[in-house]
Amino acid sequence: MKFKFWGVRGSIPTPGAQTNKYGGNTTCIEIRTANDDLIIFDAGTGIHQLMQTLLPQMPIDAHILITHTHWDHIHGLPFCMPIYIPGNKLTIYGGQDLKTGEGIERALKVQMQHSFFPIAESELKAEVSYKTVKVGEKFFIADATITPVLLNHPVINFGYRIDCDGKSLFFTGDYEQQVNIYTPEDREYLEFEQMIEAYVDSLVSIIRDVDVLIIDSSFTDQEYQHKKNWGHGTYTAAIKLAEKVGAKKLFFTHHEPTRSDAALDAIYEELLKNNQELVCELFVAQEGLEVKL
Amino acid sequence: MTDAEAKFITYVERMPAFPKSVHKVIQLAANVDSSAKDMVAVIESDPVMTIKILKVINSAFYSLPQKITSIQRALVHIGMNTIKNLALSVAAIGVLNPHNKAEFDTGLFLEHSLAVAVLSKKLAERMGVPLMYSSDYFVAGLLHDFGKIVFAEFMPHEFKLALQQSKEHQIDLHLAELEIMGINHAQAGRMLALKWELAENLANAIDLHHSVAQGDLLVNCVFAANQIAKKCHIGSAGNPIIDALPAELISLFGMSLDELIISLGDMSLIKAEVQQFMQA
Repeated sequence: MKFKFWGVRGSIPTPGAQTNKYGGNTTCIEIRTANDDLIIFDAGTGIHQLMQTLLPQMPIDAHILITHTHWDHIHGLPFCMPIYIPGNKLTIYGGQDLKTGEGIERALKVQMQHSFFPIAESELKAEVSYKTVKVGEKFFIADATITPVLLNHPVINFGYRIDCDGKSLFFTGDYEQQVNIYTPEDREYLEFEQMIEAYVDSLVSIIRDVDVLIIDSSFTDQEYQHKKNWGHGTYTAAIKLAEKVGAKKLFFTHHEPTRSDAALDAIYEELLKNNQELVCELFVAQEGLEVKL
Repeated sequence: MTDAEAKFITYVERMPAFPKSVHKVIQLAANVDSSAKDMVAVIESDPVMTIKILKVINSAFYSLPQKITSIQRALVHIGMNTIKNLALSVAAIGVLNPHNKAEFDTGLFLEHSLAVAVLSKKLAERMGVPLMYSSDYFVAGLLHDFGKIVFAEFMPHEFKLALQQSKEHQIDLHLAELEIMGINHAQAGRMLALKWELAENLANAIDLHHSVAQGDLLVNCVFAANQIAKKCHIGSAGNPIIDALPAELISLFGMSLDELIISLGDMSLIKAEVQQFMQA
C-alpha cells in the first residue's frame, strides 16, 4: 500500500508564494493498494490535480471516501474530469445528512444545482454510485478493509481505517477531541470525564497499532485556547493519540489557512525538538509527498 | 403494530417540547458565547427533547456498538454542534400547549418527571452504580411517564376520563388507562422506545415502573423514586396511588419506603434541585 497527499490545507484553498512548499489545495489523499486499486480520502481541491493525472489511464475505477461534507472536503468533486467521461466508474462513500436523511449523493447534487454550477448531477456521464457509511460497519474495497469511526466535528465526520496488504492507515478527517464541558466544581465533571475516557478507549481500540496516522492538526496549543469547539485538533493532541495507539508514523494535516510555509517549518522543528523520545515518527503532510508502506 | 400504535408514534414525531426549553434552546443557539453545559442542562430537563435526541443517536444510521442513554453520552459521540442542531429541530416544531383538552397539568407533570429523574440517580449512586452510568438513571426517571404527556395531547378525552376515574375510585392511573384506552402509558412508552430503537433497559424501566417483579436495578430505582416523588408531593403526574415497596425492594434498599425517604435527608434540597432543572 502507498499513499500520496494532493491537498493538505484546511478550510479554504491558499495558493501563493507563502504556501508553495506544503501546498494550498484542500484535503485529498490518494491511496493505492498493492494491486493498484484506487481509494481516495476526500475531494477537496487537491482531487482536481489527482484526476488530471489519471486521464491517460482511463477508464478509471475510483473509490472516494468522504469524511464529511464541509466545503473543503467536497468542493473538488464537480471538477473531477472523469465523472464527465463515459466508461469511468466512481463510487462515493459517506455519511447520511442528519437533517434531510439523504445519503452522500447530496454532496454532489447540492453543489451542482443550477445556480451554483452549469452541469447537473443527472448529466454525469461516468458510472457514479453512492454508498452510505455506517458507524463501525466495516466494508471492503477490493483487498482493502475499511472501518469507519465517528469523530467529533460540528457535522457528522467519519475517520477511516484502511487495512490492506498487511499494512494499515487511519485518517481522521476533521477532528477535535471532545473536551469536558463541565468545570471541576460541577457535579457532572467526573461523570463526563469518564464518558470521554471510555470513548477515547474505544477509539484507541479501533485504531491501535496502525502504521500511519494522518490527523487534523490545525492549531498550536496557544491558538487552540481561542478555537475551542471549532472542531479541529492540535499538534499536541495528535501526538498524544499517536502515542496511545502505538502508531509508527504520524502526519499532521489540515494546515490552518493563514499558516505560511515558514511558520509550519518552525512549528515542525519545535515539535521534533520537544518529542525526541517519541517512538512514533512525525511528519508534516505536504502536497506531492508520496509514502510507501 | 396496530393503527392506534402507529398513530401514537406519528403524533410523537411532531410533538413539540415544553415552552421554557424551546425558548431557552433558541436563545442559547443564537448566542455564540453560550456554553455547551447550559445547552445540555436545558435538553436534559425536557422529556420531549431528550427522547427525540436519543431517537436520532440510537437510529440505525449510527448503529453504535452500545445504545446511548443520556444526553451527555450522546454529546461525547456526535459533538455539541449536532446536538444543538437536533435540539433546534425540535424547537422548530413549536411549544407544547400547557392547556390540553385533558386538563392535565403539564407543569406539575414536568416537575414529577424531574423529581423521579433526580431521585432515581440518587438511589443509583447509593446502590453503588458507577458514576458514568448514573445519568442513565436520570434519563429513565425523566422518561418513565412519557406516555402520559402524549395521551394528554393525542387522546385527551379518554385520558381525562382515566384521570377522573383514577381520582374518584382511588385506583392506579395505569389501570384506569388500560380499562378505558386498552393501553396504558407504560406500554405506550415501551412501544415507542422499541420502535425508536432506544436501549432495552430504558424501555424496560418505562414499561415496568409499576411492577418490580421482573425488574433490574434501573427499574427498581425508578419504581422507588416514583413512589418517593408522589409521597413527598414533588409535582404530580395524575396518579393518586402510592405503592409500598415490595419485599424485594425492601431487601434491596435495606429499608421501607418511609425509612428510605428519611435516609435521603433534607427533602427540600431535592426539591430545590428539581426547581433548578425546571429553571434550566
